[in-house]
Amino acid sequence: MRITTDVDRCVGAGQCVLTEPAVFDQNEADGTVVLLTDEVGGEAAERVREATHICPAQALSISD
Amino acid sequence: MERRCPYAPPAEYDRIRAENPVSQVELPTGKRAWVLTRHEDVRAMLADPRFSSDRANPQFPALVDNTRMREAFKPSLISMDPPEHGPARRAVVGEFTVRRMEALRPRIQEIVDQAIDDLLAAEEPADLVTHLSLPVPSLVICELLGVPYADHEFFQQHSGRLLSRETTPEDRRHAVDQLTGYLDKLIVEKEAAPTDDLLGRQIVKQREDNNVDHEALVSLAFLLLIAGHETTANMISLGVVALLEHPEQLKLLRDDPGLTLSAVEELLRYFTIAELATTRLATEDVEIGGVLIKAGEGVIGLSNSANHDPAAYERPDELDIARGARNHVAFGFGAHQCLGQNLARMELQIVFDTLFRRVPSLRIARPVDELDYKRNSTVYGLHSLPVAWT
Repeated sequence: MRITTDVDRCVGAGQCVLTEPAVFDQNEADGTVVLLTDEVGGEAAERVREATHICPAQALSISD
Repeated sequence: MERRCPYAPPAEYDRIRAENPVSQVELPTGKRAWVLTRHEDVRAMLADPRFSSDRANPQFPALVDNTRMREAFKPSLISMDPPEHGPARRAVVGEFTVRRMEALRPRIQEIVDQAIDDLLAAEEPADLVTHLSLPVPSLVICELLGVPYADHEFFQQHSGRLLSRETTPEDRRHAVDQLTGYLDKLIVEKEAAPTDDLLGRQIVKQREDNNVDHEALVSLAFLLLIAGHETTANMISLGVVALLEHPEQLKLLRDDPGLTLSAVEELLRYFTIAELATTRLATEDVEIGGVLIKAGEGVIGLSNSANHDPAAYERPDELDIARGARNHVAFGFGAHQCLGQNLARMELQIVFDTLFRRVPSLRIARPVDELDYKRNSTVYGLHSLPVAWT
């Protein structure tokens, strides 16, 4: 699964980092999302799917 | 509307959600507003930039007349819309990243241990609200803002007075003035010599960005004080009651401390104590849940109803700490979702873990339906919670 982020929309809530810290991190300066990898599979993919759903700014998108 | 039994959402929510999920109500101020009750609709509305948070707009569907608070402070984050809101939030949200909150963990643990020491040194029955629920968030905010230790007592005394039901409107105004005066002076001191804490770093940042704004910092400090204090305190008290009242759930938690994270999410969903924070004003005509909401009309996204929507949760009125309820809207949704949510999560995790580990015999010293609930407050919770342990 491929992940893309829209940093302009991101509001730094950190929900993605709580959900899958191996994939998402936050910029220390303004809290916005930093992708640690843009390809995931297996169980991590499920958690990324959840992160995409709960992101309050709808700043994450996934494609197969 | 009053909650049932005593902490489930009002029974009317289920009826309205089933029969008329997007309906109109008359507010205490005489204005009319739309009420959204479904999880899907509340999420859609809060994520839509065509709904404004500008509480200074006379059309905003305020539940109470808050003119005085509006005059006292510059608009803070919660009242801002684009394009001002994004940069203002970004200027401070870096202070609340998951990593930064993790770095605060040892200090929060100390604060919680100290509060539990004080509780156990008190005569039984002791009030959990006075000894634990209120001091923990208060001292954590002191830590975050960089309030010197010597001023903690002054800070706690006045913020306690601000939040107490016993306080007369006049004394409450006095407490607001005292705290604002204090924060103003604190920020002046930090402007002279910026310290390594949230306010000190904001001062440095403002200078780097050529955007020095003393009043905005006072307003931000006051917002963080108010938003992070009573909310967390009420969640501590209600969480303790709910876990003690569901011994099978508490046993699950004790047997597997790894469940605490999930238990905190479930308690947040279950109580949704700040259900009216998700009120907005339509700036354009928008269709939500099949109903046309017109520009200039107010909307209340009833987050407590959304979090008990059977379309989003199986057995929504059951407390199930293993549910993994991550998609709740207890912290709101959209661009204004709670700035301090990861701080709140951490405080709640540490409190529940430590309290039930250190005081396994903790019990409520009064029948649960006779406790002093904040039935008509904007933020639901408990005024007091008598507990015993011997």
